[in-house]
Amino acid sequence: MGSYNLTHLKELESEAIFVIREVVAQFENPVLLFSGGKDSIVCYHLARKAFYPAKVPFPLMHVDTGHNFPETIQFRDKLIEETGARLIVGSVQQSIDEGKSTEEKGVNASRNKLQTVTLLDAIENNKFDCAMGGARRDEEKARAKERFFSHRDDFGQWDPKNQRPELWNTFNGKKNMGEHFRVFPISNWTEMDIWQYILAEKIDIPSIYFSHTRDCFVRDGVIMGKTDFVETKDTEEVQPMVVRFRTIGDATCTGAVASTAATLEEIIEEVASTRVTERGGRSDDKRSEAAMEDRKKEGYF
Amino acid sequence: MEKSYLNMDLLRFTTAGSVDDGKSTLIGRLLYDSKSIFEDQMEAIQQVSDRKGEEHVNLALLTDGLRDEREQGITIDVAYRYFATPQRKFIIADTPGHIQYTRNMVTGASTANLAIILIDARHGIVEQTKRHSFIASLLGIPHIVYCINKMDLVGYSQEVYDEVVNDLEAFSAKLETKDVRFIPISALMGDNVVHRSENMDWFEGATLMHTLETVHIASDHNHIDCRFPVQNVIRPQTTEHHDYRGYAGRIAGGVFKKGDEIMVLPSGFTSKIKSIDTFDGEIDEAFAPMSVTMTLEDDIDISRGDMIVRENNKPEVSQDIEAMICWMGDSPLKEKGKYALKHTSKDVRCMVKEIKYKVDINTLHRNEADKVIASNDIARVTLRTTSPLFIDQYSRNRNTGSLILIDEATNNTVGAGMII
Repeated sequence: MGSYNLTHLKELESEAIFVIREVVAQFENPVLLFSGGKDSIVCYHLARKAFYPAKVPFPLMHVDTGHNFPETIQFRDKLIEETGARLIVGSVQQSIDEGKSTEEKGVNASRNKLQTVTLLDAIENNKFDCAMGGARRDEEKARAKERFFSHRDDFGQWDPKNQRPELWNTFNGKKNMGEHFRVFPISNWTEMDIWQYILAEKIDIPSIYFSHTRDCFVRDGVIMGKTDFVETKDTEEVQPMVVRFRTIGDATCTGAVASTAATLEEIIEEVASTRVTERGGRSDDKRSEAAMEDRKKEGYF
Repeated sequence: MEKSYLNMDLLRFTTAGSVDDGKSTLIGRLLYDSKSIFEDQMEAIQQVSDRKGEEHVNLALLTDGLRDEREQGITIDVAYRYFATPQRKFIIADTPGHIQYTRNMVTGASTANLAIILIDARHGIVEQTKRHSFIASLLGIPHIVYCINKMDLVGYSQEVYDEVVNDLEAFSAKLETKDVRFIPISALMGDNVVHRSENMDWFEGATLMHTLETVHIASDHNHIDCRFPVQNVIRPQTTEHHDYRGYAGRIAGGVFKKGDEIMVLPSGFTSKIKSIDTFDGEIDEAFAPMSVTMTLEDDIDISRGDMIVRENNKPEVSQDIEAMICWMGDSPLKEKGKYALKHTSKDVRCMVKEIKYKVDINTLHRNEADKVIASNDIARVTLRTTSPLFIDQYSRNRNTGSLILIDEATNNTVGAGMII
């Protein structure tokens, strides 16, 4: 490789840093959505790089469904403390208590969809004009059509058929009062890029990404962790299994995979040979062919 | 697994072809043969194909992400696809074949290193081939690969292939693009896509995948003319970094080294680079497209929109801009109309002083009589900006030679400009 050629990870990093810096230049009050998952951890790492030696000039916001794996919250709080970030928590429980959302019922109940109400409320209450997030275009087919700078009307809605053209690296963040933007700095990264980057940069991630033994049960072919938030059916047998999580979402709809991968190298090897997408374990996406598109139009992240 | 990924680089390409040239099949083939399609994705499209009673698994369903697209069997918008081999990571900008064609292809082409243009071996060059080639050339894509597809339907005939290539060579000599290649393939059967064709042993060139993996892209960036548009000013204002004042940005051209004499535009003040800082420590040199932070020896007033360059190699500083504009607005481009304009990190306003001519994108003819520039038209214009821009020719630098126009009433991006 020539001396003036970047590796793919360095080029993706440079692109993401450029995007995050554009956000700070073009918006007055941005926020970084932070779930405690690996993609948002990488985004935060990139934000720290973008403004070094200054501090990250925007807060992080966790839209908390209340249905978390405890390891995620412990990790989040430690990271915030160590790096001196500002954290805002938007609570789905509070939205339910205030009567703005209604809890789903039944064994497949999930608060995943309810995050939209809480997210839009938090954006409005904090007067955020831009919410950055760690969504990637390779995750889901509706996301493959998403822009880096994605315009939202004053109801927070996404109109996929009327998106602004995005040329070169010239981003248009102009908007009217009440509208906001969603910006996705790691749009062009794949799951594999994320893992390779985490290894190359020695980034800390929550322990549940690594193989461990946990009480689990199997529903619709997906391994689910036993938590207080999920009702199990009589036919579902809870037993200890050796698993890890590929994504970290709401505990009620995020499936685990049977895995012995206990190091980043082993995870990369496993991802390289795996034949199922990481969202294959997300029951929220399986609700219909256009489940993600429909949620995104309403303002879901 | 060996850590080959630490040496991988990144190639962005776009695919173009008229409606039935087999573009979706080709993308499906690249993804499938490079093992980038997952079982659950395959299972999902298989189910849909079965439900619709289609004979083959419809690989187009992989690329059509929106409900309307699937229902109407059309592609509406640019979609991005990803795959990797041990040599390279690839980003495909997959652009639709008909609706809003020019607008979408221009968007996809703006960031591409390479364009694949598909041609049906039975039909040879058609009107759309010329249009796709012209757009690829206009957008400064450094490499064009013409894939002469459906070779299986012409008996893998070398004669047919040679005839198409002869026509293409004559035509493509008129383009700006210097690196033009030709490959006979069958996307459906897989010939010369990832695996070398056993049906065309007369073809001695590389397969498409091998071409994508090895085409030289390091010189696609300009490493000669030093251009550093300032994005943000970094001022930590902490006790540790009390007087720190860094200029953050992404190198748009050239190589900057610690100790280099530089000039700041528009002020014209000169100084030296004191340090090039990153989170991982100081570095000695930085080149496009790296994102870095620079500090200077002297305290100069610099803000977003300024550009750091070399005194002996400056961009043109001008308020009068000659450009080719690809129009994307719903209402036509207005002569004497005013628009917001973005160029690198600079925001200005501009007036369209003159529409010189419209380009017929099928024949490349200049039409000086027709100045009604509607969506998907391409025109040569003169713009007058409210303050000077620091510009290079687009053919020399895609970063400092490009601009976008924004409708001030709707805030929509309505024009893509290539500076002449």
